[in-house]
Amino acid sequence: MKITHHLDDATLVAYAAGTLGEAHRVVVAAHAAMCGDCRTAIRAAERVGGMLLEDQDASAVSDTCRAATLASLDGVTRAVPRRGKPSGELPLPLASVLGERGLPGVKWKTKAPGIAKADISLSPGARTHLQLLRIAPGKALPDHGHGGGELTLVLKGSYSDHTGRYGAGDVADLDEDIEHAPRVDSDVECICLVATEAPTRFKSIWARLAQPFVGI
Amino acid sequence: MTSLVLSMMSSGKSPEPAASVHAELLALVAASKDREAFATLFDHFAPRVKSFMMRKGASAEQAEDLVQETMIAVWSKAALYVADRGSVATWVFTIARNLRIDRLRREKPNQFTDLDDYDAPSDEPGQDEALHRLQEDSAVAQALAQIPHEQRELLILSYVEDLPQSEIAARLQIPLGTVKSRMRLAYRRLKKLLETLT
Repeated sequence: MKITHHLDDATLVAYAAGTLGEAHRVVVAAHAAMCGDCRTAIRAAERVGGMLLEDQDASAVSDTCRAATLASLDGVTRAVPRRGKPSGELPLPLASVLGERGLPGVKWKTKAPGIAKADISLSPGARTHLQLLRIAPGKALPDHGHGGGELTLVLKGSYSDHTGRYGAGDVADLDEDIEHAPRVDSDVECICLVATEAPTRFKSIWARLAQPFVGI
Repeated sequence: MTSLVLSMMSSGKSPEPAASVHAELLALVAASKDREAFATLFDHFAPRVKSFMMRKGASAEQAEDLVQETMIAVWSKAALYVADRGSVATWVFTIARNLRIDRLRREKPNQFTDLDDYDAPSDEPGQDEALHRLQEDSAVAQALAQIPHEQRELLILSYVEDLPQSEIAARLQIPLGTVKSRMRLAYRRLKKLLETLT
C-alpha cells in the first residue's frame, strides 16, 4: 500500500494532546495503523506531551492514594508483549468500533443510486460523528466545501478531486476553505471512513443528490 | 514556568540523565516486579500526573483516581514499554491521556472541560523544588524556551489545558487557520530542537 496523503501536523498535535473528538481520533488512529510515517510523527508529537508532563509542578499526592496504589499491585494482571500482527483487512482502531462482524455487518442506507452511507455509533457523550461512505465506480459527490475539521480515510478503492488521487490508506485532511467534487476512479467501489464535527454535515449533499437536476 | 525556563536558560547546565534512570527503573519493574523501583517512579510521576489532571479541570479527588489508574497501568504494562519510541515520561503521558479520554467517554461530556471552574495551581515552585528540578528539566526547558512565546502558549493550551483548536481560536480571538499554522510551526521547531538536544 503506497500512501501519498498524510495527516496535517496540526492534526497530529491535536491527536497527541488528546483534544480531538472521538470520531476524528478513530480516523487518525486507523490511518496511523496503516502509515509508518504518521506513526513516527505522532510519537514525536507525544514527546511534547511527555516534556510538558515532566515540566509540571508537583502536586502532593495523598498518602492514601500512594498506599492504595502500592497495595493493589499484587492483584493486577500484567500485560505481556503481543507477538505478531492482528489479522484482518481492517485497521485495528476501526475494527474495534465496528464490532465483531466488521464491514459485512455494517447497515448501509442508500442515499442515491450507487451511493450509500452507514453511521458508526460512538460513546453516548461523543460530540463528533463517524460514518462510512460507499460509492460505486464512476460516481461523484456534488461540489461541496468542508466545515472545520473533517477527516476522510480511504479504506478501499480510490477517488480523485482537484487536490489529487486518494487510494486505500490515504487520508484527506483538508483545510476548511477547500471545496471539492470527489469522483470514484477505481474499478471497484470506494469505501471511506469520514469523521465530521456535526452529524448534519452531509445533509445538504444528500438533498442535492436527491434532486434530479444534479448531474452526476 | 517562564521564570524557571529563563533561569535554566542562563544556568547553562547540561541535562541530567533522569530519563535513562527512569527507563532502568521501569525495566526492573518489568523484569522482577521490583516494588522499590516502582515506588521511585510513583514518587516522580504521580505528583506530575496529578498536577496535569488538575490543570485539565479535574478535582483533586478525580486527579488522584487518575493518578492511581495511571500508575497501576505503569506497573501492569511495564513490559510493553519500548525505549526507542520515547522517554518514560512520554509513555506515562500517553497512558494518562488515554485513561482520561476513556473516563470522559464514560461520564457526561464537559465533566473536566469546564475550565472557568478551577484555579490553575501556582506556576511558581518553592526554591528547593526549583533547584531540584533544575537539572532534569533542563533539556525540556531548553527546547520549550527556544520556541516563540505564542507557540509555547498554544502547546500549553492544547496539551495541558486540553482545549481543542477551535476553542483556542475563540479564546485567543485569532482565526482557526492561524492556530493551526502556529501549531505546525511549534511542532516542527520542537521536533528539530529535541533531535539536537537528546
